[in-house]
Amino acid sequence: MTIVVNGAALDAPHDARVSLLDFLRETCGLSGTKKGCDQGACGACTVLADGERILSCLSLAVQYEGRSITTIEGLGQPGRLHPLQQAFVEHDGFQCGYCTPGQICSAVGMAAEIARGVPSHVTVDLGGEDILLSHEELRERMSGNLCRCGAYNGIVEAIAETYGAETLAEAAE
Amino acid sequence: MSIASDAKQALQGAVQGVMAKAVALAPDSWIPGGEPDPLIRERYGHIGKPLSRIDGPLKVAGRATFAAEFPLEDMVYASLVFSTIAKGRIAAMDTSHAETAPGVVAVMDHRNAPRLAPPPVFMSAPKAANGDNLPIMQESEVNWNGEPVAVVLAETQEQADHAASLVRVTFEAAPALTSLDEAREQGTKPALFMGQPLHDERGDAEAALAAAEVKVDALYTTPRHNHNAIELHGVTVAWQGDVLRIHDASQLVAHTAWSIGQMFDMPEDKVIVTSPFVGGGFGGKCLWQHQVLAALAAKLCSRPVRLVLSREGVYRVVGGRSPTEQRVALGADREGHLKALVHTGVTVKTASNAMPEPFILPTRSAYASETLKLDVQVVELDMLANTFMRAPGESVGTFALESAMDELAEALNIDPVELRIRNEPEKDPSSGLPFSSRHIVEAWRTGAARFGWDRRDPRPGLRREGEWLVGMGCATGTYPYYRMGGGAARITLMQDGQAVVDIAAHEMGMGTATAQTQVAAERLGLPIEAVRFNYGDSTLPGVVLAGGSQQTAAIGASVGAAHRELVKQLLKLAGNDSPLAGLKPDDVISRDQGLCKADETARHESYASILSRAQQPSVSVEAEGPPPLETMHWSMHSHAAMFCEVRVNTVTGEPRVSRFLGSFDCGRILNPKTATSQFRGGIIMGLGLALMEEAQFDERKGRVMNPSLSEYHVPVHMDVPEIDVIWTDIPDPHAPMGARGIGEIGITGTAAAVANAVYNATGKRVRDLPLTLDKLL
Repeated sequence: MTIVVNGAALDAPHDARVSLLDFLRETCGLSGTKKGCDQGACGACTVLADGERILSCLSLAVQYEGRSITTIEGLGQPGRLHPLQQAFVEHDGFQCGYCTPGQICSAVGMAAEIARGVPSHVTVDLGGEDILLSHEELRERMSGNLCRCGAYNGIVEAIAETYGAETLAEAAE
Repeated sequence: MSIASDAKQALQGAVQGVMAKAVALAPDSWIPGGEPDPLIRERYGHIGKPLSRIDGPLKVAGRATFAAEFPLEDMVYASLVFSTIAKGRIAAMDTSHAETAPGVVAVMDHRNAPRLAPPPVFMSAPKAANGDNLPIMQESEVNWNGEPVAVVLAETQEQADHAASLVRVTFEAAPALTSLDEAREQGTKPALFMGQPLHDERGDAEAALAAAEVKVDALYTTPRHNHNAIELHGVTVAWQGDVLRIHDASQLVAHTAWSIGQMFDMPEDKVIVTSPFVGGGFGGKCLWQHQVLAALAAKLCSRPVRLVLSREGVYRVVGGRSPTEQRVALGADREGHLKALVHTGVTVKTASNAMPEPFILPTRSAYASETLKLDVQVVELDMLANTFMRAPGESVGTFALESAMDELAEALNIDPVELRIRNEPEKDPSSGLPFSSRHIVEAWRTGAARFGWDRRDPRPGLRREGEWLVGMGCATGTYPYYRMGGGAARITLMQDGQAVVDIAAHEMGMGTATAQTQVAAERLGLPIEAVRFNYGDSTLPGVVLAGGSQQTAAIGASVGAAHRELVKQLLKLAGNDSPLAGLKPDDVISRDQGLCKADETARHESYASILSRAQQPSVSVEAEGPPPLETMHWSMHSHAAMFCEVRVNTVTGEPRVSRFLGSFDCGRILNPKTATSQFRGGIIMGLGLALMEEAQFDERKGRVMNPSLSEYHVPVHMDVPEIDVIWTDIPDPHAPMGARGIGEIGITGTAAAVANAVYNATGKRVRDLPLTLDKLL
């Protein structure tokens, strides 16, 4: 069985203890996914599994056999950055850059959640059709991604600019 | 500290004291910064532009390579075993099960670790970097709860971690001193910081306090803190012939190379420490046991080693900020003029380090009080050595001082902003030195106007919105300008107009690589694209600590010195056939990819022209910055006026910061985009200090009880409103580029602004951080 990572099919590890995070970083050489706590508290290891954001440190690699993983390297590269990556640069949505891949993957997954109408703790109208991507909604949904440098304002600006109402509709597709 | 080294510190301090007096009295022109940096005049170039980070595309694409991400052939993974007692010895250790576990290559403990000299503890020598001076896995003695006692090396991290769980250690505990109260009863001792006593007295402050018309006198406490950079401390090391190669996450590569060289009895140039990216530092990414253990382990098993601390491991191995108990007493006349300022208290260190949390530092230059008494006492506990964390001293010291100022303002019925302005000193109240540049009053006035301070009702508890009480508070933030000696830089200029600047400095997210590229381009008269700024490598020139917010100044002075040398060399090469012929280096500046006469810019020759006529493909110069005497000649400090609005829930007690403004006076701002992030980042760490951060220390066992990011709370997105920052942008005439460092000032004053706003909202004065909801119910 294989795990599809950024479009490439890779053999799953033989050692069932290997987390998806360590598989990506140590076996696949995809060190863009970061380890900040290895216990699901910081969000630095966030990747997309079939488009949904997950914490790769709390996931065993073998659980993802047959699934498709997208890491930060799969979203875009210097020269052809994803619009959100570009917005992070322009809005200075990071300082040291260590939590950044997790913030960006998390935001991509979050935008899809909002587009699907998944409510959050701060959503006022749980039965409503559309959820507005207010700054409060966005901050609540991104609170699993810690940034110790404190680039939160820039991160919020970058996400808000990238996922305006129109782009959210695209994220839903 | 032993008695001998205390004496040595005191002697060094006394020598510095004598020298300081001479430097203070010297004419301005003898002092670095006496002649303003010519770059201060340039107002329309690269400096001051909001350039996006030049390493941004790499970082957002996951292509910036951090220390634990350099793959080395045949590398093994390490896992640590920690002591579970605070003091005593290892009576027995059984590693046999671990050694036979699958994939295990070796198990190292004090019995088989290669021999090592004692670590040079930070501040014991110019390039000493270690957090403490305790032997590293050399003997059976245990010095703190959490000290590494074994390193397991295996083919994979999973195998190493499993095998580490199979190591059986029997400890023999000895009585340990782990309680601050108990230690205080046994007696405190005066604190020494960088060789100088943390003690100042002017007049009889206690008598003036007793006689004052209005006074406040209270105790403020702050807990332990940990840096908690999101990047775990990690290192990848290899012995390559007689060279030790270390991929580190470091804010002091040159210090680390020298210190590790000392321990392994090697010349420092045989230890190569590189650190191109650092995932957050804040004072925590210095030299601790993990780098040394990895080097020892790599020697033992003759293979490269990767050692990444677990998050718990970071709390066990890397020191944090010590707790403080501070008394602030203020006495004033009815008009609010300070007659007495007392700021004293106790903090905690170990016998093996030289770092008392210097919480009186911000008070030294703060206010014009007729009398003054400042004092820090320490007790020494059996614990992991504490260390520098963002704005050591000022971060927690301003909480006490600026909370007290708020209490005094209320007692006097004077607006807190006005009270501070009334006590603005004309010269440094402690040293008597003139200020190099101090515009705090302007920062207060513009900040107050922008924040809408006039809408604040000074009577607490009156503004209610639904179930929320709303309040506003303010505080002064302050951090000194530092520049440490030892900075040096190399500039290499190529005939094609490209330039390379090399200096062993650091980029931990401050924006150094970007801002210094701008500065170098400005200084050299080149486009940004033509300048490459190399850093983070101990083989480059200079000893530049990324600490004390001094890097910008240290790099600026070094590159400035190298540039002067470059001009000299280029004038020689230009010879008599140049429009520059006959000019002296002092008459010449860089402009438009060449040199010109400063006051006659048409007399210009391009670098390409000079070098091609001299038939030189390139020219390379190296120079050291001058000794940092300017800080002994002027009182050099940055300031901030911090404004906070909080909402406190009347049902749950939950405090939420709803608005925050930092109004800064930090000299010239080199890059407003990265500077904004620095200011906001500091303020956000200050919000953590105010509201939630606490490393909980079990005083029975000497062990941190919440060593994780789920139990040690740091601010998350939802805790942080949009933070407004403004600045005066008035250049400091005596600082390189007119800029004072900005990495730490944001955390200062913030906690007091929050606590003062909480008081205004609720009428509850919380003097014990963090300001959690249980204290507001």
